[in-house]
Amino acid sequence: MVVPSDNHEPRIVGFLCNWCAYQGADLAGTSRMAYTPNVRIVRVMCTGRIDPTFVLKAFSSGADGVIIAGCHPGDCHYSEGNYKTTRRIAFLRKLLAQMGIDGERFRLEWVSAGEGAKWAQIADEMSAAIKEKGPLAWRENLKEA
Amino acid sequence: MSKPKLALYWAASCGGCEIAVVRLYAKILDVADFFDIVFWPCIMDFKYKDVEALPDKSIDLCLFNGAIRNSEQEHMAHLLREKSKVLVAYGTCAYMGGIPGLANVANREAIFERVYHETPSTVNADSVRPQVRYQVPEGELTLPVFYDTVRTLAQVVPVEYFVPGCPPVKEQTEAVLQAVMEGRLPPPGSVVGASDKTVCDDCIRIKEEKRVSSFYRPYEIIPDPSRCLLEQGIICAGPATRGGCGAPCLSVNMPCRGCYGPPPNVVDQGGKLLSALASIIDSQDPDEIERVADAIPDLLGICYLFGLPASLLRRVRQDRKAFPAGVTGELAREQGDVAVMTQRAP
Repeated sequence: MVVPSDNHEPRIVGFLCNWCAYQGADLAGTSRMAYTPNVRIVRVMCTGRIDPTFVLKAFSSGADGVIIAGCHPGDCHYSEGNYKTTRRIAFLRKLLAQMGIDGERFRLEWVSAGEGAKWAQIADEMSAAIKEKGPLAWRENLKEA
Repeated sequence: MSKPKLALYWAASCGGCEIAVVRLYAKILDVADFFDIVFWPCIMDFKYKDVEALPDKSIDLCLFNGAIRNSEQEHMAHLLREKSKVLVAYGTCAYMGGIPGLANVANREAIFERVYHETPSTVNADSVRPQVRYQVPEGELTLPVFYDTVRTLAQVVPVEYFVPGCPPVKEQTEAVLQAVMEGRLPPPGSVVGASDKTVCDDCIRIKEEKRVSSFYRPYEIIPDPSRCLLEQGIICAGPATRGGCGAPCLSVNMPCRGCYGPPPNVVDQGGKLLSALASIIDSQDPDEIERVADAIPDLLGICYLFGLPASLLRRVRQDRKAFPAGVTGELAREQGDVAVMTQRAP
């Protein structure tokens, strides 16, 4: 059993779309906003590209949280990619809940290219919430008691 | 020249795979003629010591069915691996965990609690639980250690070939044995006795535009027997399942449930099925999407009916504080870290 400790820094994998959320995160950086370094960002062309397998792989490989961020509804660079994401994520959230991975560890957010501050705030909030919960430690979970 | 040696073994399985081999009918005589059967406890009287007495790598072909859920099965997997030249994970349980693998939604403590205490027909006033060691006047009695997590055969020992199916269909078993007898073996690590396409490719139903506004369970509607079931809102695992079975379920108006496992190059069958199901919902409204998703009572059971142990996450999260390790946990620790797993062959 892994016990939450004060010095645990969560490992969060972020899948951000190239056209909105990644630009938003870039804006947070170029504006020199101070926010958590705990989100490892993977840039994808569109959140519609995100296969649920990516998320499952991240959790099984040791991520404590996964965040998907993309264009606001109606703003998708490819018209409908984020609507496809909305459908997949609704299902995936249900599956993860059954697996014992709750909503605080798995978030979907809409961040535009101008919302650098919003991205920084979301990342900070999520990191703090997961720090509170402690590590997910999926590999530990597979070991015999 | 002596005949090639054949062994069959069952671990955590229902016995259906044994039936699938016997179901070769008259062909079984050719198999018995070609091979010298050295171990097949379901059919003939062999003892474990008979296998232990064989020289290493002396069994030419071992068809191993069933998942690994206790220490006896793990021991037999290691023993048969040592004794066999070619070890085949025969059937979905050995290949992906199968139906026994659904036990990965619980763990030993939860299962024992249910089986030995909670079930309405159980009377167990003294709270008796199976012990791995028990002293009787005649000596010590032992039972295998029951594990928290069910594993596939390849997560325990290296495996040469995988034959999917619950059970594998007769024609495919026949083809695999024929190939072995003729010495036509594919590269190790291959899935054999199946196609490289999905069940949809085997299914003769008419497939058009997939857009649904609700999902139904098979008893809730009377489907059109000529059209794709998924298009009619019945959840079908066909798009995320390897073909080669000939789609017999679809021919009797039942949806595919995924027993042949993921198609080639798919890592996680459930993830792909989930993606396919979500993609065909005809709505962009989050509330409506939520309503459709909520109407599915057991998404995990649909996504991983046959393959939870072979999936990326392998099991649900255990709250070990709520389920403390029982007495049996001690012995599992003595035997070392049993959860250090061998990777599945690509």
